[in-house]
Amino acid sequence: MNKRLLALLSVLVLASMVLVACGGGTPVATEAPAEEPAMTEAPAEEPAATEAPAEAMGTLKIVSSLPMTGSSLTQTQTIVNAMQLRLEQVDYKVCGGSYDIEYEAWDDASAALGQWDPAVETENANKAAADPSIIAYLGTFNSGAAKLSIPILNQAGPLAMISPANTNPGLTKADKDLPGVTDSYYPTGTRSYTRVVAADDIQGKVAANFVKSLGATTVYILDDQQLYGKGVADVFEATAAEIGLTVVGHEGIDPKAADYKALMTKISTSNGGAAPDAIYVGMVVDSNASQLLKDKVAIMGDNETVKFVGPDGIQTQAFIDGAGADVAEGAYASVAGVPFAELPASGQQFVTDYEAKYGPLTEPYSVYGYETMSVALRAIEDVCAAGGDPTDRATINAAVFAIKDFDGALGTWSFDANGDTSLTDMTFYVVKGGKYEAVGTFK
Amino acid sequence: MENTKKKFNLRRFAIASAVLYIVLLIGPIVGLDIPVIVESVKANPLQLVQFFIIGISNGAIIAIIALGYTMVYGIIELINFAHGDVYMVGVFTSLTVLSVTGTLESKDPGKIVFGLILALVIAIVVCAVLNATIERLAYKRLRNAPRLAPLISAIGMSFIIENVGLMWAAQAWLVPSFGTTGGASQKVFPDMLGVLFTSMGWDVNLLASSGLALRLTIKDLLVIILAVTLMTGLYLFVQRTRLGKAMRATAQNRDAAKMLGIDIDWVITATFLIGGGLAGAAGLMAGLYNNTAWWFMGFRAGLQSFTAAVLGGIGNITGAMLGGFLIGLLASFSDGYLNARWTNALVFATLVLILLFRPTGLLGEQTGQKA
Repeated sequence: MNKRLLALLSVLVLASMVLVACGGGTPVATEAPAEEPAMTEAPAEEPAATEAPAEAMGTLKIVSSLPMTGSSLTQTQTIVNAMQLRLEQVDYKVCGGSYDIEYEAWDDASAALGQWDPAVETENANKAAADPSIIAYLGTFNSGAAKLSIPILNQAGPLAMISPANTNPGLTKADKDLPGVTDSYYPTGTRSYTRVVAADDIQGKVAANFVKSLGATTVYILDDQQLYGKGVADVFEATAAEIGLTVVGHEGIDPKAADYKALMTKISTSNGGAAPDAIYVGMVVDSNASQLLKDKVAIMGDNETVKFVGPDGIQTQAFIDGAGADVAEGAYASVAGVPFAELPASGQQFVTDYEAKYGPLTEPYSVYGYETMSVALRAIEDVCAAGGDPTDRATINAAVFAIKDFDGALGTWSFDANGDTSLTDMTFYVVKGGKYEAVGTFK
Repeated sequence: MENTKKKFNLRRFAIASAVLYIVLLIGPIVGLDIPVIVESVKANPLQLVQFFIIGISNGAIIAIIALGYTMVYGIIELINFAHGDVYMVGVFTSLTVLSVTGTLESKDPGKIVFGLILALVIAIVVCAVLNATIERLAYKRLRNAPRLAPLISAIGMSFIIENVGLMWAAQAWLVPSFGTTGGASQKVFPDMLGVLFTSMGWDVNLLASSGLALRLTIKDLLVIILAVTLMTGLYLFVQRTRLGKAMRATAQNRDAAKMLGIDIDWVITATFLIGGGLAGAAGLMAGLYNNTAWWFMGFRAGLQSFTAAVLGGIGNITGAMLGGFLIGLLASFSDGYLNARWTNALVFATLVLILLFRPTGLLGEQTGQKA
């Protein structure tokens, strides 16, 4: 009896593990990236056999760590696709064919949380730190996740970490209210974290000005209590006070609640018995942003009556699909950078190539994924050109920080000493007919 | 005897006043600023009623799911972790039925009503069968195993079903409104009741003509009516019918019930069938009420319902209903008058407090007698 029991249990545990593993990749596409490099690598080996002289001296491994179980998948999948597209363009080879590139897309979310999971992200960072063939860590998507992995990777070489999407200012810039916090992320004293996207000290500021320009004088702020969401909401609040936009209230929400009707009822009379002119939400789509919008519309009316504005975390089709096109109509979201149509020629080329391979592209973060991989490849090439050793993590990291006047898909830009990009454009989008449309670019 | 009782009460009184003191001291940090609350109630007394309506509607859904937890626990002392996910399957089943029958696009009241009733019936059947199948597959063999074993297999089942939900939400050919963003993102459950009412020329807000600044929508009303009907039905079923009696007997003492000729296996299967059916009904209700279908929604709903069941006294059907309504109201008032950030903390702090003074829940546990 006991043996049978044990057998049954182990079968069950195994079955659920297998299913969880499959489930993580259920939006089937996630599994593809993990396999694709292997598939594309096969042809990559062939030329090596025919062109004997360019024999590969080794393999350099690049990994990305992004949440791929949860609503953010809509965004992260396009980032991973874009990274692969960039690698395919160089045939997974660098330094004139001397090194093969191997790429793995890691998931830092778990089915148990339905969004990025601190335990998984920490595990990913430690795994990367322990694998000497990894020379660049591309990620994370969520600022809260970056906060955990930066110190780990900083002590592993340092291993260069390049993020396509983290926007929390404190990751790179010291906050005068929190002295020493930013420095504590870099125990070795050497900076090892860069990002190709403008931070929220810019996004929050531009958003407050934008809300004011919509004619709003009162605003209610909600955030998801995460590093990113609360961070951008706090910058918004501080800027609002400076420009004379009245903040009626600022609250953190429970990102897993079934509904927010009671909260919205409270907000509907919070402005001296009436509803505020606008609601600003600092959150990602995983934090139940669609439900929040649904209940806001049900209680306070459409997005014309009470404006709904959010940061880049909700600028994704998943947000619109989750709320419904009618409900989402008129909601605003900002993203760093310019709309696809205004990208430089290389950026336009990326959009064309992407759509040819993966179909229509609407997610603005895809181009940041592409740029992140470009930066990693450029750093490797620079090291090779200077006669350095591209398998050395510290050398690669120094090369990333040395990048100046980079001519990429986003335009021409440089990293500053903190690892921030020199691009500070911010574009606002509005939902029209179930899709995001650009309304304008601000600085 | 009399004396010790008095002493005991005195001690309780002392503890209660200490707790009250701490609450008043620390309360303002979490937004429990009584003067401010009194002020906002005074400024808008009707809003109090509004929060009550929202709390009761949310509580009704929690209560129905809690019934499934409490019935199963009462009979086999297992926390069926997969129960919340069965409810999620209920949401997806009813949404799929509404989509396949073309109800989602329809503006014809007759067709909508028919579609909704069909969705209710199919969701109940699917979830009942699913729940009973889970019992057969994962729990039955472990009935006499240490209690941790079925608990772990319940967690496993929960993960399996969550992943079925993930796959389901990616099937846009089945429900076109799922879109192309994959199974992980939240999906819209269209507001069919709103469409139904508008198509009949009525206002969705039943109190619109009264001139009061109050919203009692058809959604609230239907959720409450359906919940109360189901709960009363279940209560009568368990108290009055033969099978109900057999269930109570099995809950009290499985072996004795067996000796008296009760088919234990069937009674347990029936319990899972009923619990699953209720979860299916709750699924349709929640879909119509919150307009969201999400593979992850079962987790939080399960946690809240389990809390409700414990709050009311696990194994106790009336207790589960009371617990559900209480949690719904607490959450609503906390969102309304305190800070939304602290709502969960408040719900669980209340649970801890109540269990401190009444360890078996508000109405007392009703589980097997231990030898």
